[in-house]
Amino acid sequence: MWNSFGFEFVNFYFIPGLVLGCIYALGAIGITLTFSILRFANFAHGETMMTGAYLTWTVMAVCSGILGISVHPLLAAVPATLLVVLLFLVTDRYFYKPFRKADTIKVVMASFGMMLIIRSAVQVIWGPNQLTFIPGIAKPNPTLMDWSKSVDLLLLIPNKHLFIFAGTIVFVMALSYLLNRTRIGKAMRAVSDSPDLAHVTGIDVNQVIRATWIVGGACAMAAGVFLAMDIQMLETTMGFRMLLPMFAAAILGGIGKPYGAVFGGLVIGLAEELSAYPWLGDGPLLSPGYKTGVAFAIMVVMLIIRPQGLFKGRSF
Amino acid sequence: MTNPILSLNNLRAGYGQTEILHDLSMHVNPNEIVAVIGPNGAGKSTAIKSVLGLLNISEGEVQLHGKNITNTPAAKVVELGISYVPQTNNVFVNLSVEENLEMGAWTRPVGIPERLDEMYALFPDLAEKRNQTAGSLSGGQRQMLAMAKALMVDARILLLDEPTAGLSPKYRGEIFGTIQKIKKTGVPILIVEQNAKQALAVSDRGYVLVDGANRHTGKGSDLLADREIASMFLGGGH
Repeated sequence: MWNSFGFEFVNFYFIPGLVLGCIYALGAIGITLTFSILRFANFAHGETMMTGAYLTWTVMAVCSGILGISVHPLLAAVPATLLVVLLFLVTDRYFYKPFRKADTIKVVMASFGMMLIIRSAVQVIWGPNQLTFIPGIAKPNPTLMDWSKSVDLLLLIPNKHLFIFAGTIVFVMALSYLLNRTRIGKAMRAVSDSPDLAHVTGIDVNQVIRATWIVGGACAMAAGVFLAMDIQMLETTMGFRMLLPMFAAAILGGIGKPYGAVFGGLVIGLAEELSAYPWLGDGPLLSPGYKTGVAFAIMVVMLIIRPQGLFKGRSF
Repeated sequence: MTNPILSLNNLRAGYGQTEILHDLSMHVNPNEIVAVIGPNGAGKSTAIKSVLGLLNISEGEVQLHGKNITNTPAAKVVELGISYVPQTNNVFVNLSVEENLEMGAWTRPVGIPERLDEMYALFPDLAEKRNQTAGSLSGGQRQMLAMAKALMVDARILLLDEPTAGLSPKYRGEIFGTIQKIKKTGVPILIVEQNAKQALAVSDRGYVLVDGANRHTGKGSDLLADREIASMFLGGGH
């Protein structure tokens, strides 16, 4: 039943594509929320992801080195998330707030500046060289491998990928609950709809902005830690490299549409991985070096033929 | 003499350096509907926006129950009990009817289920469409929703900016009927309108604005009967 084609396609292209898609999806949620509520494209989002991963590594290193306890990255990510959210709130209060009524291009340029500030700060604190996030080779989950083998559908999925899938599902469900069931979530959608009307309706727009940074920060944090879990190392440009695919995901889904960002992230992740599959002949259809080019191409095509995205977001 | 709920005293206000309101004064007493009519560009909507703190007041005072609220930010004005329905873009189109109403109660987050029931009783059409997005409603239904949203708080006064603009005659009649129903609940209303005849017909008093200043003031019925006003602003004499 599971011929070599299916085995190779699923285990070496489709599942890695989904993993990458999950990371893009979480990152794109933050980008799309910031764009729809604060009305600017936050170029510093990737660096926030990267900072989150470095902070998580630091918590793990402190626990292991000082306390002698080995902590799972997802546990270490909890205190690191608080720090990242605090970083978001502080930058909003002292950096972005003075730009609140400025032209969008000024805020975008300011976020570009913030991106450079954060990256430089990380390089000063942790150094410019790569760090190992998790050492060793990730082995496939034995239970899943044995079970899938018994039904003749061998799946080689390491635990880190199962955690990424489960974590993404939990995050998206929590986001759905927040936006549809809670007062602050509905207010976030209202401000996204019309900030002026929200203002004269009496909605505390500043509170909504703070909530947006918290949610966006938590999603960026999760995306950063998942990325570090996946590639098992840290480097200061890891967030920046994610920026283009995450923007592509947000645009594909429709700017301002969180579910669109999730869908867009999965599509971009899968498209990048599947573009390297040997669809014609024995060699990869596209060299893996062009993966980011696939995301860029999708973004350009969407902006030309359907700028409002698949989920009818804002158009440019 | 009754103390007014809202009063605008000798206001000078505008956008940037451009002054639109020149020494404008008006007031709204408890339990009355007051109409503000006048030609395009007379400053009718500007008068309402000056109450909301949406533009700069250079001279004069806005008072709520005798308390000075001049240049108070809009969110704070709403918190004080002044509810405002803008002329356009007055509902959150991607939120459901019920979510819109909940957002209207942002400054009064207690007793929302009871308040929703009251609004559905006052606006029965909305009850049937409570789970529909506001963007799927007709123009008249959107205006109803916008008014209901504004009434979700304990409004001391309701400010309506051209609520019948762009609506069919049928919906215009319904909106004015609803405005009278709202008055019966004890909420005074200041209404800016282009449909001057209908607005004055349901109003206790009216102000005729020209070039950002009061031209005429009086009872709604008296203004309707005035030949000069009829010829200038109501589309012909009697």
